[in-house]
Amino acid sequence: MSVFAVLYDQSKCIGCGACEQACQAEHGQRPHKPTRLDANSFNWVQDLGKGTYMRHFCMNCEDPTCASVCPVGALQKHALGPVTWDHTRCIGCRYCMMACPFEIPKYEWHSVNPRIRKCDMCIHRVSKGLPTACASVCPTGATTFGRREDMLAEAHRRLKEHPHRYYPEVFGEKEVGGTSVLMLLTRTPIQDHLPANLPKHDMPMLTWNVLGKLPEIIVPWATFLGGMMWLTARKNKVAEVEHHTTEDHTTEHHTTEDDHE
Amino acid sequence: MSSLKVPRLTFWRAVYVVILALFALVFIRRFTGGLGAVSNLKDLMPWGLWIGFDVMSGVALAAGGFTITAIVYIFHLEKFRPIVRSTVLTAFLGYLMVVMALLVDLGRPWNVWHPLIMWNDHSAMFELAWCVMLYTTVLFLEFLPLVLERLGKKHTVHWWHRYLTPVLCILGVLLSTMHQSSLGTLYVIVPEKLHPLWYSPILPYLFFISAIALGLAMVNVESFLSFRAFGKRLEPEILVDLGKATAFVLLFYLVIRFEDLVVRHSLKYAFRFDLGALFFWVEVGLLMIVPMIILMSERLRHKPLVLAGAQFMVVLGMVFDRMNVSTTAFQLGTGVSYHPLWSEFVISIGVIAIGMGLFGLAVRYLPVFPEGPIEHPKPADPYVELLK
Ligand code: SF4
Ligand code: SF4
Ligand code: SF4
Repeated sequence: MSVFAVLYDQSKCIGCGACEQACQAEHGQRPHKPTRLDANSFNWVQDLGKGTYMRHFCMNCEDPTCASVCPVGALQKHALGPVTWDHTRCIGCRYCMMACPFEIPKYEWHSVNPRIRKCDMCIHRVSKGLPTACASVCPTGATTFGRREDMLAEAHRRLKEHPHRYYPEVFGEKEVGGTSVLMLLTRTPIQDHLPANLPKHDMPMLTWNVLGKLPEIIVPWATFLGGMMWLTARKNKVAEVEHHTTEDHTTEHHTTEDDHE
Repeated sequence: MSSLKVPRLTFWRAVYVVILALFALVFIRRFTGGLGAVSNLKDLMPWGLWIGFDVMSGVALAAGGFTITAIVYIFHLEKFRPIVRSTVLTAFLGYLMVVMALLVDLGRPWNVWHPLIMWNDHSAMFELAWCVMLYTTVLFLEFLPLVLERLGKKHTVHWWHRYLTPVLCILGVLLSTMHQSSLGTLYVIVPEKLHPLWYSPILPYLFFISAIALGLAMVNVESFLSFRAFGKRLEPEILVDLGKATAFVLLFYLVIRFEDLVVRHSLKYAFRFDLGALFFWVEVGLLMIVPMIILMSERLRHKPLVLAGAQFMVVLGMVFDRMNVSTTAFQLGTGVSYHPLWSEFVISIGVIAIGMGLFGLAVRYLPVFPEGPIEHPKPADPYVELLK
């Protein structure tokens, strides 16, 4: 379990966009109003109409799919909570983009030295003991930051206190094995444009179910192939000897690069 | 291929040069403007034609390589030997095509060697990267004796075949096992993004079994093509047996595939009137079940052209299957629309053209086809028609 978490309470969000601006400033991006997540927008407050808003940013999963699929370990989960990307490792295969269940990692399509871009849970601030930029500026307390167990307890307290206000689960408590971003939703995940029916187990295990079996499969397979090679070679040799002894064989042309006489 | 041998086919030479020139242009644009400048790939569609077609079909070409080396060097079925070299060469070029496509597709190709020292053994892509690197090396080493033979190093060649070739073959089959299946493993982690007619937790097994059918079919197709171009091929009876084997592997594959669909309660999607069902039936019905029935029929199997045609359908079916998993099923599952840009096609076709060009050169300068009497086709042979 990671140390810290961000708690987002949709019922308190007024769509002011302060978190968007803070996030852009923190990452040295040109100030703009995002209309989706992209290489320059790690945080997007979506206007769902009727005074409802929804924040989208990386969930910083506890067992991140993106990190597990990255062939070179460019994406890493830090004990504090953030999931970050390392430009010195990435080969640009974009498997992380394919695999992330929240479709979070974005790519610099028009760059010759493209980066994978996404919310890094403000690792530079968090590692100094500061809250994330988005949490530190939120005027209504819709986005807060703290130790994960405290945030989770707080979320459950609110759920208990106002059961009619919220979707009855803390989104991110169990989804894909838990995340370092917890959300209290006023609607269903689908209505909030979050992926629906996410498994409660971590995703990397799906791949490991296969890759983990590899040694068990490869060793017997190699033995079988080696055995067959020896057996059939022997069989052929025996057949050849018998062939020679029965004299009346038609001269069969053997192709040149035979590896046996 | 023949265009390189016969100068009078200047039209095709011109086409070839145009393709290469376009390829070069797009290639340069790719490395000055980024992937966005030459493709319709986007954040929600990070993999497109290059992965779906070039990588998958390059690997499909290579399936013939591991199948034939297994047949000849592991099971010692000597009758298949005449086309070992050309099939291994095709496999090698198939892999070179995969590598070329990857170098264009990877965002940071100068880091392509990173998996060597930066390990993440929980990643299917990591397994894939190692398989591509190792198997390309193995295929290169299997191909090297041709060069040595050409240089007249008889002794080395003899030694090579005696001690190295068997080891390389076993390695090659092992790596192919891993590689063919790991293409399926790539998609195991995205259950919610693939259309249920294609997603399965047993994708790696399905990919591997179908790769065997594909490899067997590929051997027949290669025999057909090499006969067309060079008058060398396998004896008809072997091809008939091969067809039978393909049919049985296909049957086995289809049983597992349908069982899996039933177990996952996904078969119902095949009986809807939508794009998913259409693609599914083109793939499974038209390009797998139909050729399987043809190959099962004793009578049809003995018609060389029908046989080659059915086997070619199997190859198409498998390539289509890989493309469906990597693009169609992904698009249907996520609702993203994607149409490749013209420049994506240029790269795809260019990569194939380069592969074919290299094959032509190799055939011309290296002893790809073992010496010995070239079979003189009998006039009754239906293949003869195709030589004209
Ligand atoms: S939400 Fe996606 S990008 Fe963020 S940590 Fe989880 S898997 Fe990785
Ligand atoms: S694009 Fe980069 S960060 Fe993403 S999986 Fe590939 S190597 Fe890893
Ligand atoms: S945690 Fe930091 S990077 Fe992530 S959305 Fe908030 S401000 Fe942006």
